[in-house]
Amino acid sequence: MEFLQAVFVDPFVSIYEYPLFFIEVLIGGLLTGVMYSLVALGFVLIFKASGVFNFAQGAMVLFAALTLVGLMEYGLPLWAALIITVGIMVLLALVIERVVLRPLVNQEHIILFMATIGITFFLDGFGQMIWGSDVKLLDVGIPQDPIEIKGVLINKFDIWAAVIAGMLVMLLAVFFQRTRVGRALRAVADDHQAAMSVGIPLKTIWAIVWSVAGIVGLVAGIIWGSKLGVQFSLALIALKALPVLILGGFTSVPGAIIGGLIIGAGEKVAEVFWGSAFGGAIEDWFAYMLALVFLVFRPQGLFGEKIIERV
Amino acid sequence: MSAARVLLRVNNIEVIYDHVILVLKGVSLEVPEEGIVALLGANGAGKTTTLKAVSNLLRLERGEVTKGSVEFRGERVDRLGPTDLVRRGVVQVMEGRHCFEHLTVEENLLTGAYTRRGGRQAITDDLELVYGYFPCLKDRRRSQAGYTSGGEQQMIALGRALMARPRMILLDEPSMGLAPQLVEEIFEIVARLNRDENVTFLLAEQNTNVALRYATYGYILENGRVVMDGDAAALAQNEDVKEFYLGMSGEHKKSFRDIKHYRRRKRWLA
Repeated sequence: MEFLQAVFVDPFVSIYEYPLFFIEVLIGGLLTGVMYSLVALGFVLIFKASGVFNFAQGAMVLFAALTLVGLMEYGLPLWAALIITVGIMVLLALVIERVVLRPLVNQEHIILFMATIGITFFLDGFGQMIWGSDVKLLDVGIPQDPIEIKGVLINKFDIWAAVIAGMLVMLLAVFFQRTRVGRALRAVADDHQAAMSVGIPLKTIWAIVWSVAGIVGLVAGIIWGSKLGVQFSLALIALKALPVLILGGFTSVPGAIIGGLIIGAGEKVAEVFWGSAFGGAIEDWFAYMLALVFLVFRPQGLFGEKIIERV
Repeated sequence: MSAARVLLRVNNIEVIYDHVILVLKGVSLEVPEEGIVALLGANGAGKTTTLKAVSNLLRLERGEVTKGSVEFRGERVDRLGPTDLVRRGVVQVMEGRHCFEHLTVEENLLTGAYTRRGGRQAITDDLELVYGYFPCLKDRRRSQAGYTSGGEQQMIALGRALMARPRMILLDEPSMGLAPQLVEEIFEIVARLNRDENVTFLLAEQNTNVALRYATYGYILENGRVVMDGDAAALAQNEDVKEFYLGMSGEHKKSFRDIKHYRRRKRWLA
């Protein structure tokens, strides 16, 4: 009885009693969710364009952030370091296409997936070999102080992160839906062979999509890096992106955003109001439980492409 | 076929898959400008492989042209990539349609124009042209290609190839899985495209009957070799072709109640 009361009654009572606090937690959660979305976006891009689940996305986030911080430690100004890092991410995409993807054209997806695991280990090691494995501070000048709106405290940093993520999503949506290259990307995702038969060059398309994923990784790396410091654990936030993807659907850019918001808000609210009923620390597993439920009832996610099966 | 200019010449090519499996054992053929040439034969004869050797989609399947050459308008093309061939005007429509399921019908067509350099206007005009040939696609332009019928998908695949403004379309098994009436419709459109848009066709087909009615010339493949070739009309009258590919034998219909069926021996098996 006590447990049932703790789950079904107490949380709602406290939400009712402290509505402002609830809103604060909710907004905090939503804004963290946006940051999950940023990482998830990188996965979606590559999955959309090649049907490959890119396990290395987390490593790319870490590698991009490490490179940026490393260059800034050499005394380069932020803008120069940014440009060089973008250049390096594009170069990395070209190398991955040439060395890993091209020899594996038309292989099973699982083989490409395994190859991305290899890329993960390489990038983790390579990045730390060059730039060292110390925790580095990244300060790109995003304000960190909280502001108060109608009695609700919000961190300015989170708002910035949300704005940046929002702009990125809009850009990507336009790119995928409206441009010639975006259309070609989606075509490649559907059918490699058919795409080649109409003259879409796979090499170029893959280089483009990995470059874009690298740049999205850089944005995610900057934001997470400024929040947590640039360190190895950045590569692990990719794991948090998994439930986001399962919720939103692997193939949907808006899905990655909505999924992130649901996961972010869900786990914060669950932790604060329901945590005590389960003995705390449910934030760590809440997202995965939610993903599990989704896998049972809606495996393609909220916005994912349906698997079209003609009979 | 010396009268018309030769557009595509395949010279004694040999194709090996995975470094070991010999599929084509010296295939030669010629396609005249603005002709419709049919490649006929049973499953596994090497029709698709021949088409893919021309369009260079072979490498995707670990196949390789190890001997011989392919010339398009006098230029050797067997070392180029598929994109280069599309740029030169050779587009393959693959067996089993291969539409982009999650793209709309119109987006499918537009992907065909990927290699085109001309401006937006030219592409819009061509889109109208394709809708002219396939009016039913216009009605369904906004629906996802994965949900269209088999006949519509074949039309999408053909229309998509047309968007590249090809001189030549390699059409692989257009009749597959379609009702006889639809097969006739598709071939009718092929003939119109050939006549009005000057598109040359090399088509692989198991439906020998239909193919020989629409083609001008035919090659019969068996076990990776060309065993017979000739004008379509002549092939259709050939006793061997009738027996083995058209399902007719001699002058009179054979009754299955007869106990002994003497099968004609293929004359090309020495």
